[in-house]
Amino acid sequence: MSEVPSFHVAGLVPTGPKIITSRFDVEDGYTYDGYVRTGGYQALRTALGKTPQQVHEEVRTSEMQGRGGAGFPTGTKWGFLPPNVFPRYLVVNGDESEPGTYKDRLLMELDPHQLIEGIVISCYAFEAVQAFLYVRGEMALAQERLARALNDAYANDIVGTNVLGHDFSVDVTLTWGAGAYIVGEETALIESLEGERGMPRLKPPYFPAAKGLYMQPTIVNNVETLANVPWIVTESGQAFHDIGAPTSTGMRMFAVSGHVERPGVFEVPNGTTTFRMLFEAPEYGGGVRGGRSVKAFIPGGASAMWFYPEHLDLPLDKPTVDKAGSMLGSGAIVVMDDTTDMVAACWRIVRFFARESCGKCTPCREGTTWLERILKRILDGHGRAEDLDTLMAVSESISPGIAWPPRQTTICPLGPSAVSPIASAVGRFRDEFEHYIDHGRPIDGVARHPIPGPSTEPAHA
Amino acid sequence: MSRLSDANVSIAKEIIGRYPRPKSALIPLLHLAQEQHGWVSNESMSHIAELVGVTPAEVYGTASFYEMFKFHPVGRYCIDVCTNISCQLLGAWELLEHAERRLGVRAGSTTDDGMFTLEDVECIAACTEAPAIEVNYRYRYRVTPDDFDALIDKLTAGRLGDEVPRFGTLARVRQRTTDRWSGAGTTAQAEVDAR
Ligand SMILES: Cc1cc2nc3c(=O)[nH]c(=O)nc-3n(C[C@H](O)[C@H](O)[C@H](O)COP(=O)(O)O)c2cc1C
Ligand code: SF4
Ligand code: FES
Repeated sequence: MSEVPSFHVAGLVPTGPKIITSRFDVEDGYTYDGYVRTGGYQALRTALGKTPQQVHEEVRTSEMQGRGGAGFPTGTKWGFLPPNVFPRYLVVNGDESEPGTYKDRLLMELDPHQLIEGIVISCYAFEAVQAFLYVRGEMALAQERLARALNDAYANDIVGTNVLGHDFSVDVTLTWGAGAYIVGEETALIESLEGERGMPRLKPPYFPAAKGLYMQPTIVNNVETLANVPWIVTESGQAFHDIGAPTSTGMRMFAVSGHVERPGVFEVPNGTTTFRMLFEAPEYGGGVRGGRSVKAFIPGGASAMWFYPEHLDLPLDKPTVDKAGSMLGSGAIVVMDDTTDMVAACWRIVRFFARESCGKCTPCREGTTWLERILKRILDGHGRAEDLDTLMAVSESISPGIAWPPRQTTICPLGPSAVSPIASAVGRFRDEFEHYIDHGRPIDGVARHPIPGPSTEPAHA
Repeated sequence: MSRLSDANVSIAKEIIGRYPRPKSALIPLLHLAQEQHGWVSNESMSHIAELVGVTPAEVYGTASFYEMFKFHPVGRYCIDVCTNISCQLLGAWELLEHAERRLGVRAGSTTDDGMFTLEDVECIAACTEAPAIEVNYRYRYRVTPDDFDALIDKLTAGRLGDEVPRFGTLARVRQRTTDRWSGAGTTAQAEVDAR
């Protein structure tokens, strides 16, 4: 059992600078002294020497896409703030809980000051008076490291009244959740931050930038997004834009998990690295486990449509992946080799959404539960001939047309996300589902997991 | 008896002061109550309601939405085994089955001696270190059945006391409000609220 994560930082095929992982192998990189010794808080000085508009312009030039899942350009989002409405807030989304996603926690644990520097610079750029750093509840070490880092940052004039003697003041409040995936959705996060149940808000208003926390203008950004800001300020937006592809700029962190020899978190040039490189290069995934082959992979978290061997040579480029029918989402890549039981994989992801549905709308609350129970009874060997049609019919009522990008009858995208694994697995591996239904067991050659038997009555879907 | 202690009331007031509206402090205060008692009782929720200026029902309404709050006593150590996709692919169910056998309880229950609660949980953001588990929200990576047994032995013998505090304690470092706190957000919001 290892207590130190085996993240590997990029260096080869293809190369790029370490933008946000540069301190991951600095032993005291998470302390104030370690941060300052390695160039930390220089970007803040640079930023304060410019006007807020100039800093915003650098971020706009970088064309950095948000790293939280939707991939919206950060500079553009900041531009949606209505002029002259104050106070404005920044909400930092550190709720990382999309299955397969693992990078924000590393950024918070290993380089908390970099995130704080990105937060303070961003607040300066769009004139926010206070930032709320919302960390997932289950991440005790990240909370500890951030609390200490904030105390040190306050003590060293980085945060608070008159930052570094400048007439700009800002507060950062460390806050934390208590276990609920849906709180990662930005309006649910805002509700949670107001002390409510974490349920997404009805739209309109469409953007928290117009009406967010306490109905004031609010920017919600992901941890990784903000961690990139100091580098953009130091090296320029153009330098960031020059890395990767013009359609997916900068370096980006990807977690490669599942059936590869070296699962890990890699910072690689966005837009130009391919899935195959990530899985096969010795400095990244190191090949599929045991020399086997890829049966399917998830390119961007549990909500994404699955990809297959024919997609291996696609670059990690947002428009390319969107066009191929899925998304890069939160940089969560899960590799499944040819021994994978696709019915079990599909069920496990659907169970996640059924458990995490907030319950606010019927198609999602009821639909995801039905989907989970039908899949579980197939897995338990009690599948019925009509089950696959029922799965599709229920999916259709949550996400009409079962298309990509999904349409929805629900308030937020969680409901349709439960349809992705079904559309993917039933679409591509229908024979495996039929075999389960006919024979009560998986096809030959796939691994069985000791999943506990039926805990509930069969669904009456 | 299960109200917040005087020391925790001062901490609670400091926390409330960092938000433009007091109700925003609800989740942190519930964690504080859980840290003091190991779970969240009706009495502590009533006390939080007083401190924040809402009804006890509103406090429970919020608290009951979130997985981490326990409304009855749980084990000193809560062991969360992730069984989501990346961990499932690398043996999470085998590990959970082993854990159930070793502890003699099914996932979702607590051992008779009140030492361990076992839970089957969703992704805990350690997917490349599968199968991953947490003990009172402290991580253990790439856990084999033998690792699991060694962990239980150490916890039972009290040999991980420093590293893994009793259930309820999250971060052992707290943010402090210093005289550099600008309060600008709180003041500006108060002006908006007054309009
Ligand atoms: C169901 C759901 C869960 C989400 N979970 C997260 C999350 O855990 N972390 C995150 O940063 N964004 C998450 N998002 C995306 C946020 O709503 C939001 O788009 C993002 O935080 C914006 O930051 P960015 O522009 O920097 O990417 C989620 C969205 C949905 C619909
Ligand atoms: S789609 Fe699901 S998670 Fe989203 S608001 Fe509706 S019930 Fe809640
Ligand atoms: S799937 Fe187990 S930690 Fe993410």
